Amino acid sequence: MQFIQLVISGLAQGCIYGLIALGFVLIYKATETVNFAQGELLMIGAFAGLFASTVLGLPYWLALVAAMIATAIVGFGLERVVLRPILGQSAVSIVMVTIGIGYMSRGLITMLPVVGTDTHTLPVPFRGEVFRVGGLVISAEHIVIIVTTIVLCALLAALFRYTKVGVAMQAMSQNQLAAYYMGIPVKRLSSLVWAIAAAVAAIAGILLAPLTFIHANMGLIGIKAFPAAVIGGFTSLPGAIVGGLIIGVVEQLAGFYLIEGFKDAAPFIVVLAMLIFKPNGLFGERLAKKV
Amino acid sequence: MRFIFKTRYEQDINLFQHGGQMFWYAVLGLVLMAAPFVVSSYVLTQLSQIFIYSIVAFGLMLLAGFTGQLSLGHAAFLAVGAYTEAVLAIAGVPFLVSVPLSGLFAAVVGIIVGLPALRVKGLYLGIATLAFGTIIEEIIARAEPITGGNAGLMVPPINLFGLRFADGPAFYYLAFAFALAAGLILINILRSPTGRAFVAIRDSEISAQSMGVNLAVYKTMSFAISAAFAGVAGALYAHNIRFLSPDQFTVVQSIELIMMVVIGGLGSIHGAVYGAIFLIALPQAINAVKPFLPLFLSEATGLQPTIFGLVLVLVVLFEPLGIYGAWLKTRTYFDLFPFYRQGMFRRQKAFQKSDRLK
Repeated sequence: MQFIQLVISGLAQGCIYGLIALGFVLIYKATETVNFAQGELLMIGAFAGLFASTVLGLPYWLALVAAMIATAIVGFGLERVVLRPILGQSAVSIVMVTIGIGYMSRGLITMLPVVGTDTHTLPVPFRGEVFRVGGLVISAEHIVIIVTTIVLCALLAALFRYTKVGVAMQAMSQNQLAAYYMGIPVKRLSSLVWAIAAAVAAIAGILLAPLTFIHANMGLIGIKAFPAAVIGGFTSLPGAIVGGLIIGVVEQLAGFYLIEGFKDAAPFIVVLAMLIFKPNGLFGERLAKKV
Repeated sequence: MRFIFKTRYEQDINLFQHGGQMFWYAVLGLVLMAAPFVVSSYVLTQLSQIFIYSIVAFGLMLLAGFTGQLSLGHAAFLAVGAYTEAVLAIAGVPFLVSVPLSGLFAAVVGIIVGLPALRVKGLYLGIATLAFGTIIEEIIARAEPITGGNAGLMVPPINLFGLRFADGPAFYYLAFAFALAAGLILINILRSPTGRAFVAIRDSEISAQSMGVNLAVYKTMSFAISAAFAGVAGALYAHNIRFLSPDQFTVVQSIELIMMVVIGGLGSIHGAVYGAIFLIALPQAINAVKPFLPLFLSEATGLQPTIFGLVLVLVVLFEPLGIYGAWLKTRTYFDLFPFYRQGMFRRQKAFQKSDRLK
């Protein structure tokens, strides 16, 4: 019973990792950039949600949508202003730029007068509610996280499957040049992908808020989402979610059954094993180099 | 404008290209030697810090700037060196023995961390090193009997030939000597076949391999040397700070280290030193201008990371060679005085090599 309980909370935590990893994968597939500021986008999304629900007084679900839109605009702008000029430069410089953006946004958020370095609580309608199923105690927050993630994944899958934009994005991620020749507006789509990734991060942030509160450093959780993305193969959207779930569950179980200290290191031990034995991840595509 | 007329191939790898260079390095050396008599003890401590970080930057520059391997876990090597030195110093091992041991131990860890580099590259390598860094940080925090865990560890001062190198001028000269030695070692590595193999790997792994460079050996070697530099720097760091705790060696610290070499200028030895100066001087500069800022800015704790991030973004966007590149442009401007043109250092349009094809 205890085991199942741990697995459920691990799954909920894993959904958050999965959503962040989803952002990495979306951006990586479309533009071959790794966004080290994904965690900070999550933080911005959480703060936007906080602003919408406390200052503007919007109800929870509307605040979620508002935060998504606001963060999507931030993501769109970042791609347009900062990343597009260095497109085609070496991977290191692009990584450094996103790290710099992350640093800046973490610093800037503490400079906002009311925010500062305090922790904030997002008012949620289902706070503290629990469901008892058999001998299990499941908190409403966990259920909301899991259900929202499932819905979001279904929406994204539908987007890629059935809409013109989604198919164009798929084409772009397979071969940018060929997509360009086919008349797909590659540049505009890259911005759009960043916006989508940012919106996903905002959702993750708002879902995470009841578990960890909202503060300037909550974006550092992004570092733990890297293992999730790598386990999933970094190029597979379902892989990202599965990787996130694996990391979440492993972390919970390691925290309970192993000695103290393993909880934080467990995701990284898993990812190292993965990189050594199966560097392409569970769902990664293997492409051979043509000379 | 100076023209160097080369008559022998050896001239290409001379330590000094011409007499003027030798002269200016000598002047710099004399100024640094004289510094303890002029500046305050606070500035002296900062200068010692710059020397220590220069050593780390030399190592990281070799790895990231010359071999092209991204490391996001370098603070872990620093930690390994620092803790090894601290534990040995407490056990009473003399400094001259414990410092090489710190470097050696860090190098061994570096080899282990470098192993994934043989299978993965680019972004994946960054994540592997990040993972290693986090694990090592966690190990240090948990190995309480040896490292003192989160409570921290006090480090005794250096005792060398019966002299105490605790702080002030003595430690300054020691750090200076180590930084100088590290710099010379790096220069000599880079002008040897080994160094050229590193650069070849950075520019194209396939070409390097085709020319007979053993990728596995050289990548591991690069990691080991880089970690050894960081380890020795860590040993000095331990004696300088005198108190070690795991939260001095986090992922954020690792990222600051890689920021240091990128801002300084990837692929140049001078850049490593400029980066170290930037990393140490920036907080001081911010403190210096704080009284003149409006209250909401000067009170903000986020000011330093913001400026750090902003500088990083601006450097990558506009000055890919970092501070060294800016200096290069200025010098060329005056060298060629009326003939400098806007496009002389224009970045070549590069096409990113896809990471997905391995």
